[in-house]
Amino acid sequence: MKNDNLLLDVQDLRTVFHIAEGTVHAVNGVSFKLNECETLAVVGESGCGKSVTMMSVMRLIPVPPGDYASGKVLYRERDLLQVSENEMENVRGKEIAMVFQDPMTALNPVLSIGRQLTEPLRVHLGLDKENAQQRAIELLEQVGIPDPARRLSDYPHQFSGGMRQRAMIAMALACAPSLLIADEPTTALDVTIQAQITELVERLRDQLCMAVIWITHDLGVVAGLAERVIVMYSGFIVEEANVEAIYENPQHPYTLALLEALPRVDRRRHQRLKSIPGAPPNLLIAPHGCPFAPRCEYAYDRCREENPPLLPISPTHKLACWVDVSTGKPR
Amino acid sequence: METTAPNAPASIASLDELEAPPLSLGQLTWRRFRRHRMAIFGAVTLILMVLYAFGGALFFSEADANRIDTGARLQAPTQEHPMGTDTVGRDILARTIYGGQISILIGLTAMLVELLIGVTIGAMAGFFGGKLDSVLMRFTEAVLVIPQIFLLLVIAKYFAQTIPNIKLMGRTFSGSVVVIVFVIGITSWPYLARIVRSQFLSLKENDFILAARATGTSTREIILRHILPNSIAPIIVAGTLGVASAITLEAYISFLGMGVRPPTATWGNMLEGAYNYVESAWWLWFFPGLLIALIVLAINFLGDGLRDALDPHSRAA
Repeated sequence: MKNDNLLLDVQDLRTVFHIAEGTVHAVNGVSFKLNECETLAVVGESGCGKSVTMMSVMRLIPVPPGDYASGKVLYRERDLLQVSENEMENVRGKEIAMVFQDPMTALNPVLSIGRQLTEPLRVHLGLDKENAQQRAIELLEQVGIPDPARRLSDYPHQFSGGMRQRAMIAMALACAPSLLIADEPTTALDVTIQAQITELVERLRDQLCMAVIWITHDLGVVAGLAERVIVMYSGFIVEEANVEAIYENPQHPYTLALLEALPRVDRRRHQRLKSIPGAPPNLLIAPHGCPFAPRCEYAYDRCREENPPLLPISPTHKLACWVDVSTGKPR
Repeated sequence: METTAPNAPASIASLDELEAPPLSLGQLTWRRFRRHRMAIFGAVTLILMVLYAFGGALFFSEADANRIDTGARLQAPTQEHPMGTDTVGRDILARTIYGGQISILIGLTAMLVELLIGVTIGAMAGFFGGKLDSVLMRFTEAVLVIPQIFLLLVIAKYFAQTIPNIKLMGRTFSGSVVVIVFVIGITSWPYLARIVRSQFLSLKENDFILAARATGTSTREIILRHILPNSIAPIIVAGTLGVASAITLEAYISFLGMGVRPPTATWGNMLEGAYNYVESAWWLWFFPGLLIALIVLAINFLGDGLRDALDPHSRAA
């Protein structure tokens, strides 16, 4: 199934928001590549630019107040930041699809599930009503909704949270996109449903050979799902590595801290989870020095003066840090 | 008060309930609506009045309504003329029937004009925001600060004689009917535009709008298929109340002699000149006046009921 065809190549993406108080630097020069059929996880705290980056890829950031200050989003060698809005409508849903965090609010309450499911089919694939209906039933079956033919005429309020997220995934998969962006799709669901949804996406990814970008702040979910992991902080990519390397050989103090904060079965009970002191920086202030420095136990003078660039430390591992965490000394 | 007593033991009913499809939005609305007594009264009254105006035409021809008989002028109600006759001897009963048709039609069509303008302007301002919003809303406020009656009279006077009579379905209507509809429509929309704008402003921030955009839905589809149906409840309510206010406004301008021209009767222009006979010929103003009051009351009750039924959140207010 795997191949090395480049699907998405994001280069130096900067997304800012101009608001009354100033300029919010949400994404500060993010670059990453994604091959076909590959799964990439993007992790980080809330407000560190994960969602804004991916929404920028789909060009869903409202302009104004948002602004794509610089960079390229090359999808199959076409820069999505340059194409017309009409062309973009053909990319969204057909080439790149998105599943959102909260299934309770991401479905239109006044349209039936069937209506919402057949809409992309009719717009993008030009199917007529009967064929679209038929395909919609197949899709609901594929995502594991029982009695799909009857469920088609139901409204979102008649679905449970897990079923709604399944319906959202069915909508996203409707036109067999090459890239699925899942923006914390399991955050609003309880643990058993989380596992089901994760398995579902995994199964469909393998069936359809679809690239997946999975945004999450739950490193536990990432382990079984992704091949590569990007760790983001304050709108920067601070570490990028294969999933094994992230767990076994984390190099950035922030990645370390995130892993420390995970609850583990092999740790003593009643032990408090470790948390990272402080809060993510205010994005209104233009970054100066390493954004993680104020919360970093390894930080030294250079960290406060100069922001480390993202550089390879091995062919598959990139890091933005002045410190070698194994020794605690500057690299 | 209607209580919903369970008519079967719960254990038996529960199985049926599980099998029964959940109530649709329409069914839920109807449930709440029928508990609203005044709304039911309003709806029944309204139906009766529509029957009166349109069913009555089976018993009287339009010629009856317009036949002038100066020999029988200003007659009090009798067997032959149950509501009496007017200053030129026309039968008031027949005129209230044909006048009612025109009044109701004016109310409905003026409401449609109001909806068309108000929804378009409100939707554009709310959805696109920014400069367009500022321009449209300042314009709306400008229309809003001019007293409506004054604006109505000026425009009605200006267009008064410019439109010829219209023949439609074998009947001749005074061109002034169109003028009145148009004039009422273009002076009534600002409130509706503000309601629609506020709806669009809040609805467009919903996740499902973002989700719709993420599946490649066009802006046009998002406005028409995703946002508009979600804001339909306040629009229905405003539209209903708009019919009542259009009928009242028509009565105002017709009473002041700038409304619909004779021979086409409306409940409003039947009142024209009736004030000269307030004491001597009460039937001149009593019957059309009563009908206007009744229909406005009925529509307002209906609108109140619809508001409560369609938007349960506003019930506390």
